[in-house]
Amino acid sequence: MTSINQLIGISLAYVAFLFAIAFFAERSAARGRGGWMRSPLVYTLSLSIYCTAWTFYGAVGYAARSGMEFVTIYLGPSLVMLGWWWVLRKLVRIGRAQRATSIADLISARYGKSNLLAIVVTVMAVIGVTPYIALQLQSVTLSLTVFSGPEGVRDPLNQASAAFWVAVGLALFTVLFGTRNLNANERHSGVVMAIAVESVVKLVALIAVGVFVVWGVAGGYGPMLERIDASPIGEWQMDRSRWVALTALSAAAFLCLPRMFQVLVVENENERHLQIASWAFPIYLMLMSLFVVPIAVVGLDLMPAGSNPDLFVLTIPLSQGQSGLATLSFLGGFSSATSMVIVATLALSTMVSNHVVMPVWLTTQGEGAQVSGDVRNVVIFARRASILLILGLGYLYYRVSGGGAALAAIGLISFVGVAQFLPALLGGLFWRAATHWGAVAGLVTGFAVWLYASFLPSFGPDAALSASVLADGPWGIGWLRPRALFGIEGVDPTVHAVIWSLTLNTTMFIAVSLLSFPSPLERLQGAQFVNVFEHSTQPREWNAALAASEDLMIMTQRILGAPEAQTLFRAEARRQGLSGHLPEPTQGFLQTLERELAGSVGAATAHAMISQLVGGASVSVQDLMAVADESAQILEYSNQIEAKSQELARTAGQLREANEKLTALSVQKDAFLSQISHELRTPMTSIRSFSEILRDTDGLGQVEKTKYASIIHGEAIRLTRLLDDLLDLSVLENGQVSLNLETGRLEDILEQAVVTARAGSAGQLDIQRERTNETQVLTTDLDRLSQVFINLVTNAGKYCDAQAPRLRIDVEADDVGMRVVFRDNGTQIPLGARALIFEKFARLNDKEGSGAGLGLAICREIMTRLGGDISYHPEPTGNAFVVHLPRDVALAAQ
Amino acid sequence: MGKHVLLVEDETNIIEAIRFLLSREGWQVDTHSDGATAVDTIRAMRPDLVVLDYMLPGKSGMDILKELRADQEFAKLPILMLTARGQSRDRAEAERAGVSRFMTKPFSNTEVMTAVRDLVQLAQ
Amino acid sequence: MSNQPPTPLFLERRSYRRRRLMDALRLLPLVGVLLWMLPLFWPSEAATDAALEPVPMSRAVIYVFLVWLGLICAAFALWRGLWSDETPDKDAA
Repeated sequence: MTSINQLIGISLAYVAFLFAIAFFAERSAARGRGGWMRSPLVYTLSLSIYCTAWTFYGAVGYAARSGMEFVTIYLGPSLVMLGWWWVLRKLVRIGRAQRATSIADLISARYGKSNLLAIVVTVMAVIGVTPYIALQLQSVTLSLTVFSGPEGVRDPLNQASAAFWVAVGLALFTVLFGTRNLNANERHSGVVMAIAVESVVKLVALIAVGVFVVWGVAGGYGPMLERIDASPIGEWQMDRSRWVALTALSAAAFLCLPRMFQVLVVENENERHLQIASWAFPIYLMLMSLFVVPIAVVGLDLMPAGSNPDLFVLTIPLSQGQSGLATLSFLGGFSSATSMVIVATLALSTMVSNHVVMPVWLTTQGEGAQVSGDVRNVVIFARRASILLILGLGYLYYRVSGGGAALAAIGLISFVGVAQFLPALLGGLFWRAATHWGAVAGLVTGFAVWLYASFLPSFGPDAALSASVLADGPWGIGWLRPRALFGIEGVDPTVHAVIWSLTLNTTMFIAVSLLSFPSPLERLQGAQFVNVFEHSTQPREWNAALAASEDLMIMTQRILGAPEAQTLFRAEARRQGLSGHLPEPTQGFLQTLERELAGSVGAATAHAMISQLVGGASVSVQDLMAVADESAQILEYSNQIEAKSQELARTAGQLREANEKLTALSVQKDAFLSQISHELRTPMTSIRSFSEILRDTDGLGQVEKTKYASIIHGEAIRLTRLLDDLLDLSVLENGQVSLNLETGRLEDILEQAVVTARAGSAGQLDIQRERTNETQVLTTDLDRLSQVFINLVTNAGKYCDAQAPRLRIDVEADDVGMRVVFRDNGTQIPLGARALIFEKFARLNDKEGSGAGLGLAICREIMTRLGGDISYHPEPTGNAFVVHLPRDVALAAQ
Repeated sequence: MGKHVLLVEDETNIIEAIRFLLSREGWQVDTHSDGATAVDTIRAMRPDLVVLDYMLPGKSGMDILKELRADQEFAKLPILMLTARGQSRDRAEAERAGVSRFMTKPFSNTEVMTAVRDLVQLAQ
Repeated sequence: MSNQPPTPLFLERRSYRRRRLMDALRLLPLVGVLLWMLPLFWPSEAATDAALEPVPMSRAVIYVFLVWLGLICAAFALWRGLWSDETPDKDAA
């Protein structure tokens, strides 16, 4: 016989194997090679978390007690899958379209993204499913005790600590693979792959035991059938109400269990997988149930009276000396328990963190989503804390309930609890008039009835409810007895709970929905859900003009992570035909973004976060709803019209702007061409005229001849200089100039400029310099810089109209580098002309020999190319031209 | 002949050339180089012909032309307009405004002299 | 799901056939409910009428599982008829 230590060793090895599978699945998914892991087969197998340890061990026990009734638990889901066209198709489509992260998220999204509803569903799910998790822990420890030796030697403390370590291991696994990446779809390749493998293990284990029982013990198919008919459950006995109620209940639970929603909808990669699972998953369920009755019959036959039929799957192989088979069977049960706990915990923790922790955290962060820290980390932390919390609750429940028989009944009770979601869920999918308050009323009513009539009594008399309440009703009111509400007695307790809870739930849901009026947001979402296949209506739209793309980007980065957010934004920008990485915050984009964020933090939270950015800092969902309510019907239509007119106005504005720009450009171009023409034709006129005079006039005196020839000469030079300047400017403006970087002392450059300028028109100018300040070594295009200096000195020489024209050149350091200041003592440039002096063809007066007005324009272009700047500053007695040089030019050679 | 020409132009070399050409043929030439005060000078001098540059400091030749033509007294005054801007639009505008002759710089001396003679003859 | 064959001549017939298969698909779960609820009418312990012999368990088991198998086969056949010719890409789009 396998010793308990060996068994623990095998379990640990198996767990390590699962970790490895999950790890490699995650890794190949991250590398984009996980295509095969997203096959319909894996999807179908992952659905098998429906079959928990309660199925693996409990189905045989159930059959041993009540015959064929156990099969109803599998008929319901089979019918749901076979009828996928009716409900699941729509559920999966909506879940994907809305990027629902959990059933709470979906229900909240349907009813106007209400966080209240999300919290109600979350609390109900936690209360309903936690005992179920405890049941799984119990099954693992119970199955361990089977191997631990004869009765009486068992150590109860051992059981508790075993349960504890199982819980710790599961928490570790779920934290590792369930919260590793916070991706938009909330999909978990590693977890799904691991539970797919576990589902194969449990199926193989159960079939192996079944084959052994039929062909190894009973001696074949025929003898097995005879043995069945001869057994205590050999005659068809049924409680008709339970047959119907349990089939319906299991169908409802299949749709409503948070863990089923996780694998059915959230982890669904492709709707085609659902089509295939519609016939493939019933095969799995059928195979899981196939050998249940034979095992139960043989167990009843072989095992001593009073042995626990729930453990037949283990005890039959053990009693026959098949310890290998028993170990496989143990692993099957272990797989069933662990896979259920992992997915259930994952689903619940998503709900708890998205609908309880995050909204609370967001409201405490008064500043709003865009100011606070890294939301992504908060979400992951919340998720992990929730996982530990839920497993902790499961363990606590296991310890408090004593791990006894009270747990055995919890499977069906849990089903009734989660089935309370059904009216709100189906109503949301198919009935547009279903309202938020209807859903709340139905859920709360159904949940209360369930608590009172099913959950609390399950602890037995005097545990949660006193024996007198159970027997006579509270305060002796007979018609309020938990097991006989409204005086209807003699009904099976489960059936009783199902009928009353769901009936009252549905009644309240419908009645309140009919009496209340849905908000516009609800109505739009309702239309989106019910008509999901038509995509006829738009959800409510954001006022896109107010949203700054950058804020959205920052927020998205915090939730999705920087690479994902950037990819998302860049793709949208490209789709809009923009070159940058920030798209226009169009309404469509905001909706896409909200759905992406909803994938990480849930619909209500995502909505609140975006509205904080888009609609101003203080807009909460409630605010939005209040505003929406006021203008109820108008909003739906006017939003779209308003959006369109805004769009039109914006487009018109952009067009007008573009037109103005073009007109201005055209005027500028005309003015420029006219100026050039004027500047070129004027000297040419003199040249032509005087050369004709020289040619055609006889008897000109020598003096006149010389005078006219020198006019022609001067004008020709003027023309040449103008052409030079024009070419220079055109080269500079087109950026075709290649800078010739050299290193030189500022003193030398200034010296050269002064000498050159003096040779020209600055002869009379008194130039003052402080050479000790000119020691800087510059690395730049020295010729170009010199050109600027020459121009400034020449200008001072030309235009300084003081009695004793003086130019002072100072070199000063400033915060961006250094500046060379040229101060003259001439008349100040008039205020109106200051803005123009750096423009082309700006000439202040028409003094003899003045240039074409291109000098300062060229200086400005040069300084821009050199990374610096040139500016004009009026001085108390004169003018100052300041040449800024950037630090790197000045510092490069120091 | 002793006819009186007012030359409104701001480029000294061009003034020099035109003055040379006209005085050689016996015209009495006065010059004025500021656009802003040109109309007042014309009113005061009452020349037989005005040679008007388009681009002037203060006020453009086009505006001076329009102002003169708006005045009944100068509606028939022969005006020869010179421009270096080279825009065909300017010619059309000037003709609409009632210019007597429109010439683009650089001009040929013969052309200018012919135009001046024609205009004065026409006015007589 | 709206795949349009290029030859209009066969469109009528194909889409007609398709529509009937869809009807069958929608009907399938109802058939399942009907067949699996049939045991409600079998005599049970509660029916103490001696003339009615209780149904042996083996027959009940075989009945339930045969219905199961039949439904699965029907679902598989309908899926084959309706979608198995579709390429996954087309369906994902």
